[in-house]
Amino acid sequence: MKMKTILLGAAAAVALSACAARAERGADGHLNIIYWQAASILNPFLSGGTKDTEAASMVIEPLARYDEKGNMVPYLVDEIPTVANGGISEDLTTITWKLSPGILWSDGTPFTSADVVFTAEYCMHPEGGCQQETKFSGVTNVEALDDLTVKITFDSPKPFPYGPFVGVESPIIQAAQFANCIGADAPNCTAENFGPFGTGPFRVTEFKANDVVSYEANPNYRDPAKPAFATVTFKGGGDAASAARAVLETGEFDYAWNLQIDPTILTQMAAGGKGEVVSSFGTSVERLMVNLSNPSADLGDKRSTLEGGPHPFLTDPIVRTALSTAIDRNLLAEVGYGAAGKPTCNVLPAPAIYASTANDACLVQDIAAANAMLDGAGWARGSDGIRAKDGVRLSILYQTSTNAVRQDTQALVKQWWGEIGVETELKNIDAAVFFGGDQSSPDTYQKLFADIEMYTNNFAGTDPEAYMNSWTCGDIPTPANNWLGSNMPRYCNPEYDALAAQMGQTSALDDRAALAKAMNDLLMQEGAMIPLIHRGDVSAHSNTLQGVLMNSRDSELWNIADWSR
Amino acid sequence: MTDTATTTKTEAPRSQWADVWDQFRTHRGAMIGAAFFVFICLLVTFGPMLWTLEPNYIDIRAKNQGPSMAHPFGTDQLGRDTFAQVLAGGRVSLLVGVTAMLLALFLGTLVGVVAGYFKRLDSPLMRLTDLFLALPILPLLLVIIMLFRDTLRAAFGPETGIFILVVSVIGITSWMHTARIVRGDVLSLKEQEFVLAARSIGTPSRRMILRHILPNVMSPIMVSATLGIATAIITESAISFLGLGFPSDFPTWGRLLSDSTNFMTLNPERVIWPGLAISLTVLSVNYIGDGLRDALDPRIRGR
Repeated sequence: MKMKTILLGAAAAVALSACAARAERGADGHLNIIYWQAASILNPFLSGGTKDTEAASMVIEPLARYDEKGNMVPYLVDEIPTVANGGISEDLTTITWKLSPGILWSDGTPFTSADVVFTAEYCMHPEGGCQQETKFSGVTNVEALDDLTVKITFDSPKPFPYGPFVGVESPIIQAAQFANCIGADAPNCTAENFGPFGTGPFRVTEFKANDVVSYEANPNYRDPAKPAFATVTFKGGGDAASAARAVLETGEFDYAWNLQIDPTILTQMAAGGKGEVVSSFGTSVERLMVNLSNPSADLGDKRSTLEGGPHPFLTDPIVRTALSTAIDRNLLAEVGYGAAGKPTCNVLPAPAIYASTANDACLVQDIAAANAMLDGAGWARGSDGIRAKDGVRLSILYQTSTNAVRQDTQALVKQWWGEIGVETELKNIDAAVFFGGDQSSPDTYQKLFADIEMYTNNFAGTDPEAYMNSWTCGDIPTPANNWLGSNMPRYCNPEYDALAAQMGQTSALDDRAALAKAMNDLLMQEGAMIPLIHRGDVSAHSNTLQGVLMNSRDSELWNIADWSR
Repeated sequence: MTDTATTTKTEAPRSQWADVWDQFRTHRGAMIGAAFFVFICLLVTFGPMLWTLEPNYIDIRAKNQGPSMAHPFGTDQLGRDTFAQVLAGGRVSLLVGVTAMLLALFLGTLVGVVAGYFKRLDSPLMRLTDLFLALPILPLLLVIIMLFRDTLRAAFGPETGIFILVVSVIGITSWMHTARIVRGDVLSLKEQEFVLAARSIGTPSRRMILRHILPNVMSPIMVSATLGIATAIITESAISFLGLGFPSDFPTWGRLLSDSTNFMTLNPERVIWPGLAISLTVLSVNYIGDGLRDALDPRIRGR
């Protein structure tokens, strides 16, 4: 009996101290996060890779974020500007953000409107090669009205003026730190790009590119009780399956991101009971990017650029349509993604009002029709079964990142393309290299020294304008812009650019939806991309970790300040 | 001695090779190893003619199956036949092993004989050997593959190009032990009376090496050859396991093993088959080497 009382007392004391600890910064000790694609840089303006933007999202913050339902949440401001509260002008050409007073950078200096203005200058610099430039499309001027007020002026009425400074891809960097890194110098500022000062809950203590990032709680974070964790290790590398195992089976890590693994294995691992699999559907689409420029190595510096000339056969729309028709997307979804994937024929599958239904024919695989198409277009089978026309063989180099599910998808697609007389050579590149954006590597997804590549992309938030701007002529990666830009297919169509420009000037939601659909349909029907799977984001967290709100609209680590044990 | 060494075993019953064979036969492990190695070689060479399922043919309805009559080793997550894949993978792995071994042997013997025979070249060549021994092999492999993959792919096509790359990379990084052993033997041989006698009648260096030195260092060379095959197979497996080397749809034993690790808890036999093939082949080759060493050493022979 006495023993029991002592035990009860002890338990109560533990419970009490746990409660008390909750209100204190750093009380929950250490947090281990594993991203199997390692972070290569902590400056999201110089890398489009999700792993980089999310690693940076713990440190640098935008003015407002999207929550897990897609609503905007003020972060460095007190309220979201709207027309109703006067933050957006009646003619929709300006938006005025009022920063929260008293916010400090992690080095102790105050956060002011000058930093916001500087960030805009930094990203809009013509030689900077800013990866998030589409966020700033239509911005003519960003000015500081006073220390805490920033006014953004657009060249035309912006119905959705929340492109700049909202969401994980458009955070604020410190003016004092990056002052010498503007323009062409941006990629050379290693110390700054690897350890930006931020306003977020954590600050970088050590950065090892393509390996591990160590953080500690930011002593100047605006909420004195947060974050609950004193230190964070953001480990990169390995593969999706070992990351899942580290959380779900061995419990070495608390959070694992992007578990693109065979659904049978994931289910089995989740049954272990150490952790929980969380998922949500955002706008992620696994797609094939069709290289419309010539990737031949003989072209030297002009390889995979528009100057190098058109692709020998992928510029033929019939070939692209046939390639798409030969794919059984339902099977790909079932084999590789299970409940976390749906077949899609659109690069813009969500939100619902933007989802087009004009391309749904591709959901049904039709090898015979694809064969007939190619026969009709004069692509005749040679003695080896591979089609050719005018001496050009349909032989495709198909690259993607190293991941078991992606290699399975590659194998299946190769077999189907084999059935329509297209030869496929598979290549897989380590994810850290493929998405790393290293200028010296020939294997990055921006360079696309292959005929077709496969990966997933998405957009944060709910408005697709900036995302759809990715396929305008100006966003083609070239040596001139340090291979930054997200128009991987090198798609350049004045008609598409006109639609994109029109969308920038259209305010009514229905009209915008119609335009977005039209742009999506144009991309699909022209075959610049072959979408495969609308993917849910799948992550896993340990059972001891609380506060995770899976977010497909922003960084998955968007609310890491609220995580606790 | 030199006469018997260069004659072939057609001159049995009492030629040197007959003696070697007699001694080799008494080594039980070596005999079992040799039998198994021959069996594996025959299986991967002629197996695909008998077992006609395409290793890369995807039959998604038959995915993740256990062993059955239709698929004796089961199937993988896309319904590809594991047996056919192990056979196809064995061809590549063994071919890589043997070719890389021949290359390493050639380099090692060349460096070893030259270093041992010509005193002036001894020091520089041995420092070169030390240098190569000090290189961390795996990182080096990764860099070489990164640098030359595209060039070779463009010149010879994806599969031959990578094959050349993998073989030369393994060959170039594994000749050092052979070179050291051979050099040691050459140094001691050089001081023997028959070499002195040959030199005194004016035999030129080239003939000295080919006629008197080389035949007498055959035994360490043959032993390091067998061990070299084993190392090469394992190195190739390691490269494939890391996802480098051959394209993902080109089965090798190492690749099969690495692809199966994720499914280890679901279908354990998928890891067992390629793993068993690698271990047994390497073990059998090691036993052959062991037996050969005993058989080629005249001091042990006949005991």
